[in-house]
Amino acid sequence: MSDSPTENPSSASARIKVEALAQRFPAPDGDDELTVFSDIWFTINPGEFVCLIGHSGCGKTTLLNILAGLATASDGTVIVGGEEVVGTSLDRAVVFQSHALMPWMTVMGNTAFAVKSKWPKMGKADIQKHCQKFINLVHLTGSENKKPSQLSGGMKQRVGIARAMAIEPKIMLLDEPFSALDALTRGSLQDELLSICSETEQTVFMITHDIDEAILLADKIILMTNGPEARICEIVENTLPRDRTRNNMHTHENYYPVRNHLIEFLVNRSASFQEELSSPDYDPRHPPVVGPTAESPGEVRARA
Amino acid sequence: MSLPLRTRAVILSVVLFFAFAMLWEVSLGKGTGSAANMDPEYAALMGATAKGASAMPGPLEVGAQIWDHIMDPFYDAGPNDKGIGIQLGYSILRVLVGFGLAVAVAVPLGFLIGMSPLFYRALDPFIQIMKPVSPLAWMPLALYTIKDSIISSVFVIFICSVWPMLTNTAFGVASVRKEWLNVAKTLEVGNFRTAFQVILPAAAPTIMTGMRISVGIAWLVIVAAEMLVGGTGIGYFVWNEWNNLSITNVIAAIFFIGMIGMVLDLCLSYLTKLVTYSE
Repeated sequence: MSDSPTENPSSASARIKVEALAQRFPAPDGDDELTVFSDIWFTINPGEFVCLIGHSGCGKTTLLNILAGLATASDGTVIVGGEEVVGTSLDRAVVFQSHALMPWMTVMGNTAFAVKSKWPKMGKADIQKHCQKFINLVHLTGSENKKPSQLSGGMKQRVGIARAMAIEPKIMLLDEPFSALDALTRGSLQDELLSICSETEQTVFMITHDIDEAILLADKIILMTNGPEARICEIVENTLPRDRTRNNMHTHENYYPVRNHLIEFLVNRSASFQEELSSPDYDPRHPPVVGPTAESPGEVRARA
Repeated sequence: MSLPLRTRAVILSVVLFFAFAMLWEVSLGKGTGSAANMDPEYAALMGATAKGASAMPGPLEVGAQIWDHIMDPFYDAGPNDKGIGIQLGYSILRVLVGFGLAVAVAVPLGFLIGMSPLFYRALDPFIQIMKPVSPLAWMPLALYTIKDSIISSVFVIFICSVWPMLTNTAFGVASVRKEWLNVAKTLEVGNFRTAFQVILPAAAPTIMTGMRISVGIAWLVIVAAEMLVGGTGIGYFVWNEWNNLSITNVIAAIFFIGMIGMVLDLCLSYLTKLVTYSE
């Protein structure tokens, strides 16, 4: 932990390696165990924006909680910057699905709570200044002294993002942050997140249900099969250029190949993946990487 | 009627008050009292002969008495004749001391019970058995062990205030939203800071509700406790005036007990509002 908020968040120590991760819970009936997911391997490189897509019940949130250090995996390890994850860390900030703001604190108070946790010795004025920077970043200038109950759903989630960004984490973990918002608000928040992350080269791992959200934001989309016993089916590389925006991305020739590939996965393959699993080509350590383009919509490019 | 609801309510309250006072006055049947056909000695014993009427005062007498008390609340003319302000002061002091001690015990203990499922289960049977016991049942035990009637009454207040606060604090702490605790955890906030900056404010409205219930019960119990131990206090005052057969003073005391009870409740409700948050 450093004492000054000046380090570069996209250093090599932001690399996340997930190895042989599995989560099992005791089944409600008998002594059998219920395997939520197993043999999960993937890597997130520094500065990368990675989305995880899968149906409800495949253990996405559990996986994120393990990355955050809030939950412990039954098997396997998570390595961040060369060190195994044991418990939570201020290097990994979490944006919760339900914003999780403290209702008795103001916008400034909620952000300052996080900043004070990261830099306990920072002076009051410095904390204020530091928080203000991130409140401005999420366009909440003027609402510093409002309580969460006075804010709309989108504004609350903005505070959640400001609070996570304010501790300048190496990695941001977002658990379906926009799923409770209406389409318009979601759209503008996606744009903001995209511009913030490309500016700061933030490493991000985000869970989403929304295919377009994933195509807009992610460099890499991890597809998880249905639980129980969920696996990583594929890793889809986003073939759209990085300067894509919500307004122009659907005009790119690769948009529909990527989108159709993801929909095909969610509708059909996520459920019938057991057959693909038994194919000799499938190796959980190196799940297939595909990059659907207009020329080759579903060809496996490499093994991760 | 285009008057605001508030005004109409006040008017109705005043009307009801006067209707009650009239009914009270009329029901006394002034003049030919029941003493007329009583044995004279029994009538004297009942204090009814002097006026030839019942000892039951009318609303005007009670009003005048209350006014006298308000004008001179703090006189002290010996152990059996103290101003009502002094008596109420003793009672309030005992309630505050007993209640304060209960806060000091119940809030930290409630925190522990709320945070630890083990303690929650382990202490639950004791709490469930102790909670329904009338606080006055503790009085003989308190008198025997403490050997001081004043401290015993404070102890009784303590024991009756402790339970609502204990259960409410434990409940409030146990039901703090998991996500707020997760936020604190991901920010690596220490236990001490989590307790004071997350759990305490989150549970504060529930804790304050427990305190409000407690102070109400304490004020109910102090009257009965002071009737038992005697000496000073509003409960002793009521019992003493009963022995003096001054029903006027008994009714006046009832009025003052109600007023103080209301003020205590208002104070706690104000404090509860201060810590309440909306989501």
